[in-house]
Amino acid sequence: MGAALAALAAPLFKVLLMYCLHHILRALLLLLGMASAALAGPYEEALPKFANDSYADTDAAIGAVASSGNPLAVDVVEALRDGRLLIGSGQVFIRRSSGELINAATGQAWGSPAGELKPVRINNRLRRAIEAALGNLTLLSPDAGRRLEAARAVFRSRDEAVLPTLEKAIAQESQAHVRNALENARAAILLSQLDALPMQRLGAIETLEARGDQDALALLSNLPPDATPEMKAGAGKAVAGIHTRLALWEAVQNVWYGISLGSVLLLAAIGLAITFGTMGVINMAHGEMVMLGAYTTFVVQEIIRAYAPGLFGASLFIALPLAFLVAGAVGVLIERTVIRFLYGRPLETLLATWGISLILQQGVRTIFGPTNREVGTPAWMSGALEVGAMSLTYNRIAIVVFAFSVFAVLLLVLRYTSLGLYVRAVTQNRRMAGSMGIRTNRIDALAFGLGSGVAGIAGVALSQIDNVSPNLGQGYIIDSFMVVVFGGVGNLWGTLVGAMTLGIANKLLEPYAGAVLGKIVLLIAIILFIQRRPRGLFALKGRAVEA
Amino acid sequence: MRTQSFFDRQTTLVLSLLAAVAILVPSMNGLAAPGSALHLSDHLVPLLGKYVCFALLALSVDLIWGFCGILSLGHGAFFALGGYAMGMHLMRQIGPRGVYGDPILPDFMVFLNWKELPWFWHGFDSFPFAVLMVLLVPGALAFVFGWFAFRSRVTGVYLSIITQAMTFALMLAFFRNDMGLGGNNGLTDFKEILGFTVQAGSTRIVLFVLSVLALAGGYLLCRWVVGSTFGKVLVAVRDAESRTRFLGYRVEHYKLVVFTLSAMLAGIAGALYVPQVGIINPSEFAPAGSIEVVIWVAVGGRGTLAGPILGALLVNAGKTWFTAALPEFWLFALGGLFVFVTIFMPRGILGAVGDLWERSSQRFRSGRQPQPVTHAAE
Amino acid sequence: MTAPVTPTLLYLDNITVSFDGFRALNALSLTVDHAEMRAIIGPNGAGKTTMMDVITGKTRPSEGTALFEGSHDLSALDEAAIAELGIGRKFQTPTVFEMHTVEDNMLLALKNERGPLATLFSRRTTHEKERIDALLERVRLTAHRYRPAGELSHGQKQWLEIGMLLAQEPKLLLIDEPAAGMTDQETADTVDLLRDIAMSKAVIVVEHDMAFVRDLGVKVTCLHEGSVLAQGSLDAVSANERVVEVYLGR
Repeated sequence: MGAALAALAAPLFKVLLMYCLHHILRALLLLLGMASAALAGPYEEALPKFANDSYADTDAAIGAVASSGNPLAVDVVEALRDGRLLIGSGQVFIRRSSGELINAATGQAWGSPAGELKPVRINNRLRRAIEAALGNLTLLSPDAGRRLEAARAVFRSRDEAVLPTLEKAIAQESQAHVRNALENARAAILLSQLDALPMQRLGAIETLEARGDQDALALLSNLPPDATPEMKAGAGKAVAGIHTRLALWEAVQNVWYGISLGSVLLLAAIGLAITFGTMGVINMAHGEMVMLGAYTTFVVQEIIRAYAPGLFGASLFIALPLAFLVAGAVGVLIERTVIRFLYGRPLETLLATWGISLILQQGVRTIFGPTNREVGTPAWMSGALEVGAMSLTYNRIAIVVFAFSVFAVLLLVLRYTSLGLYVRAVTQNRRMAGSMGIRTNRIDALAFGLGSGVAGIAGVALSQIDNVSPNLGQGYIIDSFMVVVFGGVGNLWGTLVGAMTLGIANKLLEPYAGAVLGKIVLLIAIILFIQRRPRGLFALKGRAVEA
Repeated sequence: MRTQSFFDRQTTLVLSLLAAVAILVPSMNGLAAPGSALHLSDHLVPLLGKYVCFALLALSVDLIWGFCGILSLGHGAFFALGGYAMGMHLMRQIGPRGVYGDPILPDFMVFLNWKELPWFWHGFDSFPFAVLMVLLVPGALAFVFGWFAFRSRVTGVYLSIITQAMTFALMLAFFRNDMGLGGNNGLTDFKEILGFTVQAGSTRIVLFVLSVLALAGGYLLCRWVVGSTFGKVLVAVRDAESRTRFLGYRVEHYKLVVFTLSAMLAGIAGALYVPQVGIINPSEFAPAGSIEVVIWVAVGGRGTLAGPILGALLVNAGKTWFTAALPEFWLFALGGLFVFVTIFMPRGILGAVGDLWERSSQRFRSGRQPQPVTHAAE
Repeated sequence: MTAPVTPTLLYLDNITVSFDGFRALNALSLTVDHAEMRAIIGPNGAGKTTMMDVITGKTRPSEGTALFEGSHDLSALDEAAIAELGIGRKFQTPTVFEMHTVEDNMLLALKNERGPLATLFSRRTTHEKERIDALLERVRLTAHRYRPAGELSHGQKQWLEIGMLLAQEPKLLLIDEPAAGMTDQETADTVDLLRDIAMSKAVIVVEHDMAFVRDLGVKVTCLHEGSVLAQGSLDAVSANERVVEVYLGR
């Protein structure tokens, strides 16, 4: 027992001793630095070393600048990392990302330097040094965002030298998420630090397991060669745990992708649900209504760019009503000039509207050219929301929210407005509605306009995630019909369920079958489904169907 | 369409026109001196051959749409499958003359680093087997698809939409390299057919004449089918499906037979098309292509058999002219044609001519025969 | 439920059909004997057409038994099979094949092999021709033999459809409103024709025209809300309080 204790204590003692020595040495160095700062300042002294542009000198300079405490130190090291630290005629400059040049020594703006400037070269070893220095510099920054960023940098660099600073930072950190990041960084260092205490290293494994992402997985599955069996077992368990969690997150992420795709399908199909579902009109030009909406967005943005750049953030909101009007007006025009001659002849309607879709495509191609047009994303739609191990991009979130809003509004319009009432009346019994004084012609035109307008609105949203080209609409037409037919004709809820089911099924199939095969499987499934239930999920029954 | 006399005249006319074409085209190409007004240049022969194959495809669509009311928007799939079956044979015929010189594997398989011929490529080195597959593969797909669709009484636009989905799914599948059929690029670089160089002028003439013969044969077959009691049942199904059921006919069986037959005709058209254009790729499955076939039929007049042939020739000649002279107006013209025909000429060119014929022959008949006796009760 | 002792031709027992909760037929029971003519009357929505749909296999009953000749379960067969058993149907609006000639309409209806291959290779026999001649004579359409059916008058179409029914040689004929849209003379002729047919076959006639029903002079069944309200001779049924209330009016 005693022998075992002694055997355990010896290396422990050795480690403790080294740890102390390390600290004493560092304190001495710090004192030395402070002493020289009193004279010319270590910062000013170290700076010229960059001008030598030798890796060894740069390395030394990074350490010196970083420990100098000078407020410009962070800027210098960051500039070095990004290749913005320039040297010329023995002086050192920082080029700000705005292009402005400042003197690294004084922090003053510097007009035009004499002679040519070139960036200080760095190599991979220096990059690590830079990361470490930045970690050191910013871990104690008063700005929480900076500290968080620094903690992440340290997590990546795993520089042992930062450990003391890190401990200090953890001790005084008040914000939970920053502390979490700092602890993660410490765990990453301790895991690979040969002379850390076994207890500390086991704790590190736990911390990393709690972190549970791909980075943690990478660290845990590449244990340092000296890892004890205990560590290996702990890491193995942790890896398994992380795998399970990641799989779960992946499933959640796939469902989210599915909802997102389902929303796109819902947007594309919902206008069709009105024209096909309630009016029985097969509008093969429906996809082109979506395309017109997308091009309306493009035109609106071009005008805003030219005349009122400040409004760009609101461009999509401005485009919405316009897209509705443009696509809706085209829809009414099509109904009045073509479709009304073809009621009761669904196959002919299908062919005629296909012809219209060709004309619209070519028209847009002639006006706007055959290539993709650039539709910008407003600033508020870029970026992503981090939830657990997945990131939800704002534009996808916006589309999901938007699709459901359009659905809700349309449901209300059909249920509570007189237009909705008339549309339902005409749908159920055209002759009766006509004899009750409803002008069925007008209702047909308006309902068709409504369906087309909604397609136009969908185009505004889809312009954010798809190429705006004359072929935009064709990509959606088969999918849209599948959604409506699958969900059941004449029922908006069916369209919602159909879109979501297809979207989610598609994304859940993708990891196993691949994108293309997944889609094929789904198409075949729908073909078989239609044959089982020719009228879709939510079928109308009884006499209405026979008529 | 209504009376036997119109059909008989029509049959004679169609067959003699096709015979004239089968004689004239080769002689104008081979006998007339190049440069003379009568000469048909070498590149025109395969172009005309292509039109003839399209005419056969249109005929196959007319058989089901015009006579049975089944609007297939996926017939391009059967055409393409027939084409692929022929293409696979032509690929096997390349032998060691490919770029990589592999005696067995087609170039694209060598490129993909495949070591063995996939199982479904076996047998295609034999021409009779390939011809059998040209019929069986489209036929089998149509049979399976139709079995499900017609038994569960999927009709009208629903059927049209799922035929679109069918050809769309096939297009996606054929785009995949894993499918083992050349992926994106399809099958091409053919060298020989039955020992004759595919590119040679004489081969092309023979292929052209074969296509015309196939069209004539297809026409006669369709003519026989629609003239039989079977054909009368088809028209009955088209006009009053449920009435036909109550008469005791199993509508789904009729649809299945005619749909499968039509798919086989489309497959033959595709098989003749491939050696003449020298390539088959997944774009032949494009849903839009299958819809275009329907407009050929509509323009010529559905339910007339001769009309779709005329329509396919006219529309495709128009396409060739437009894409050379006014490329950006072609889609306007085609789109306009869809709208015009459906609204103003629902029965197509021959339908309108047939009406005229009907009217004049009725006048003729009523002139000679006693006036139809009116109902006693009237 | 007990099986009928002597197999009646048509045996409906407790038939119920519901569409989304609405009961189109509500425990309907009805029997029709060989060579019997029965008239069915009743207000709109009484279930007359749905009953025909059940008998001909267009609609499946959710409950109940439908037997033909005592052994064939109609609820398990499709339209074509039922037609082949020998049940023919004439629709309310005359449904003939308008693009076909009168002769071809008759030809399609003639009792023959119905399979695709049989029709594909069939040849017209003199026997068929004679049958068609006789039938056309009977429905007075000989003169219109080569005209497309679409060109016939409404009454002529009704008669053509009856002719097609006869050509099927059914054991039971279901006839929905044969007199609708006919002139008085045509109506009288139709009555004669039906009585003639009923000599050898069972006939169910649905009709609103009470004069027509009276002329037929057969047993009457009055349906109301999916079940039988009254049954018997026309006079007995017309005297029934409930029938007067829901249908005939006072």
